[in-house]
Amino acid sequence: MSAVETRIITKRIRDRAEDSWTIDGALASGAYEGLKKAIAIGRDAIGQEQVKASGLRGRGGAGFPTATKWSFLPEASFPRYLVINADEGEPSTFKDRMLLEADPHQLIEGIVIAAYAIECNLAFIYLRGEFALGYERLVDAIAAAHAKGFLGSNILGSGFDLEIVVHRGAGAYICGEETALLESLEGERGMPRIRPPFPAIEGLYAKPTVVNNVETISTLPHIVLMGGDEYAKLGVNRSTGTRLFSLSGHVKRPGNYEVELGITFRDLLYSPELGGGIREDRAVKFFIPGGASSQWLIGSDEHLDAPLDMDYVQQTFGVMLGSGAVMVYDETVNPVLVAWRLAKFFAHESCGKCTPCREGTGWIEKVLFRIVNGHGRPQDLDMLFDVCESISPGVMNAPFTQTTICPLGPSAVSCVASLQKYFRDEVLAMCAGPALIPVSAS
Amino acid sequence: MTFTTKNLERARTIVASYPRPKSAVLPLAHLAQDQDGWLSPEAMREIALMTGIEPAEVLGTCSFYTMFKRDPVGRLVVSVCTNVTCLVTGGPELLEHLVDRYSDDDEVFVEEVECLASCDGAPAMQVNYEFHDGLTTASAEDIIEAYKRGELVARGTSGGRLS
Repeated sequence: MSAVETRIITKRIRDRAEDSWTIDGALASGAYEGLKKAIAIGRDAIGQEQVKASGLRGRGGAGFPTATKWSFLPEASFPRYLVINADEGEPSTFKDRMLLEADPHQLIEGIVIAAYAIECNLAFIYLRGEFALGYERLVDAIAAAHAKGFLGSNILGSGFDLEIVVHRGAGAYICGEETALLESLEGERGMPRIRPPFPAIEGLYAKPTVVNNVETISTLPHIVLMGGDEYAKLGVNRSTGTRLFSLSGHVKRPGNYEVELGITFRDLLYSPELGGGIREDRAVKFFIPGGASSQWLIGSDEHLDAPLDMDYVQQTFGVMLGSGAVMVYDETVNPVLVAWRLAKFFAHESCGKCTPCREGTGWIEKVLFRIVNGHGRPQDLDMLFDVCESISPGVMNAPFTQTTICPLGPSAVSCVASLQKYFRDEVLAMCAGPALIPVSAS
Repeated sequence: MTFTTKNLERARTIVASYPRPKSAVLPLAHLAQDQDGWLSPEAMREIALMTGIEPAEVLGTCSFYTMFKRDPVGRLVVSVCTNVTCLVTGGPELLEHLVDRYSDDDEVFVEEVECLASCDGAPAMQVNYEFHDGLTTASAEDIIEAYKRGELVARGTSGGRLS
């Protein structure tokens, strides 16, 4: 395995940077060939044969097997809805934005294939409200796909009909959680629903609904074209295929890189064709794999040499590959400052439905703020931990439990658990001394 | 406010595209904000009429979402990210500079926002939801001034191409 990009879902974007989002650019580089093959092999062969064989797991964060998710739909219950989660808001994740802006036809093709497989005639793309360019490109691409007969009625003579509605969110991270997303799509405040019932049984408008991430769906045309077995040869163990990693922070070459799962964090951060190493050749102090919701890793050989394998990192270190974001911090960064900013994010984005999260995230933010500003007390870290335990009992031993309806609360405690694990002495030193870094309250 | 003739037609198309009219609350609120630059009580009443719900329900939904400005703001909404990648690449300093620079300018509304998904070019900001990244305080100011002079035009919000 080599530490270079393996371009499957980013091939068109990289090869045709000048027009990858247009219908002409897309058609000239193989768009909708996967759809033609999908219709030729038939709907039953897509989900429970090709997608299942591919081992494809959700790329939004949870890593749930896609074919299994589809199989939960109750038989002969219609209408069904397909909802694409394009509400990318996980801090430091910017892969879906690129897929939406630079290759909307790949997503549309994937949507038609998925909708055909699960027998759905109306699909929604829940798009993050701030993505104005992505919205324009999607709406244009849908119109162009209509004109070519890839959408609408009797698609490519198959007798199958599909319409796609692009629905803009309006600035709420919580709507990336699938049941909050469905509430928002129904015109409500974006507050998560208690499960069960799961969306596959009672989702949008209480009808059977599948919610899939942009990257997951964008992969489908390639799985159909390559064949699920062939796709599953890429990757490692149960982490098959490629994933798009959003690399940011103190690496020399921040950006989106599509790599085969199984390469190591060191490969991702240091390979000349990927991260290119750390700025000014400093050392990695810590990095956050999988987005803000994940616990952290540090610049040790043990952590850097860990493979990008969803199950391995979860079981070994209690972290997740999550949304594919990797934030890298060099030795100049104060980890408490980063933890405070993450806590502030979660406190702001907590929807307020569950008490432990609504109250707890606010307290975590306030206490970390006072530590950062030199007013910390020696007992603060233990007190923080107490608050975290009330949101997420057993937080040091992932997988932990939660006292909240959705995973936002447990995500908010990851930064505190990470401070406790790796930077306890640093926090205690800050609690004893003056402010290290002035931060303005806002 | 009332929707212009063209936007009223758009609004009706939007409502018709959903199985249930209440789903159109967010898109109609976006449309109203693109037209007027903010989401007024009159706009929410009109949205309620079009979706068959009470104005209070429209307010209840819209007040949940930070993009909807329920008070008039400047013509240019400048959103500066200070989340964890921008945090260590100059985002907070950029925010502070722009807040100071435009505190007396009614045309420019500067706000702090969460991650904008532009971290490879951090620090990043949006002007009326158009992305700009790799910023310095000087280049950010130049960009905002270009919008003020009309040399740059955003897709959305009042005066944008969608209005």
